[in-house]
Amino acid sequence: MDLALFWIPAVVALVSTGFVITRKNASHALIYLVVSLLSVAVIFFVLGAPFAAALEVVIYAGAIVVLFLFVVMMLNLGKTSVMRESRWMRPGMWIGPAVLVSILLITMVYVISGMPDASVTRGEVVGPKTVGIQLFQPYLLAVELAGFLLLAALIGAYHLGRRYLEQRREP
Amino acid sequence: MAIEVPVEQVLMVAAGLFLLGLLGVLVRRNIIFLLMSLEVMMNAAGLAFIAAGAKWGAPDGQIMFMLILALAAAEVAVALGLVLQISRRFDTLDVDAASELNG
Repeated sequence: MDLALFWIPAVVALVSTGFVITRKNASHALIYLVVSLLSVAVIFFVLGAPFAAALEVVIYAGAIVVLFLFVVMMLNLGKTSVMRESRWMRPGMWIGPAVLVSILLITMVYVISGMPDASVTRGEVVGPKTVGIQLFQPYLLAVELAGFLLLAALIGAYHLGRRYLEQRREP
Repeated sequence: MAIEVPVEQVLMVAAGLFLLGLLGVLVRRNIIFLLMSLEVMMNAAGLAFIAAGAKWGAPDGQIMFMLILALAAAEVAVALGLVLQISRRFDTLDVDAASELNG
């Protein structure tokens, strides 16, 4: 009974991810991506990681997907892009990658299910306080490196975006 | 509240999500869908980390998830700038259009 709390969001996540990779309209795929991310957030909550669940909702489903939506709106994708997608995505193209990926999946399921000792998650909540203490003591260097990465990304995104705006103004 | 879940099952769900993302990367040609599939793959990696953290009752899994989150945000910011450049320069979203190194 308890395991249903895990498997219901897991099935929702898998099904909506399947829709993400098969949609032809980019904004529909983004909405399915939001559903997938929210159900993964539910899984985090069930596993006892409420802080990670909140971050998943706020940053993934909030910030990153909204960024995608802005770009999709800027590019102004309409009916022609849906038709172009169906030209690019013939049913036959799915066969080869699907076979390869299912071979990988079978191997991974075999390896994972053959793990020697059956282990179970603790079932206890690891709250934000514990995470924060651990984050700013042994992992402080990782936090600073992440800060550098975000700074580099900020400068890179500004550079790319500025050239886009300037060149569009010229004609 | 938190419940006890066998770690194998969580890892199988994470593997399934990761491979769906990989399938998307292999099949799609539209660069926006490629980026969405990459997001799905990174999210699956985060799920595996959270599962490992929950197995030991330790916060390290959540910390690695936060680092993955920062990585995903940085990647998306730069990649969407590139998407705008590609769509302006080649007038298409096909990744194959940008396959030639041409100054």
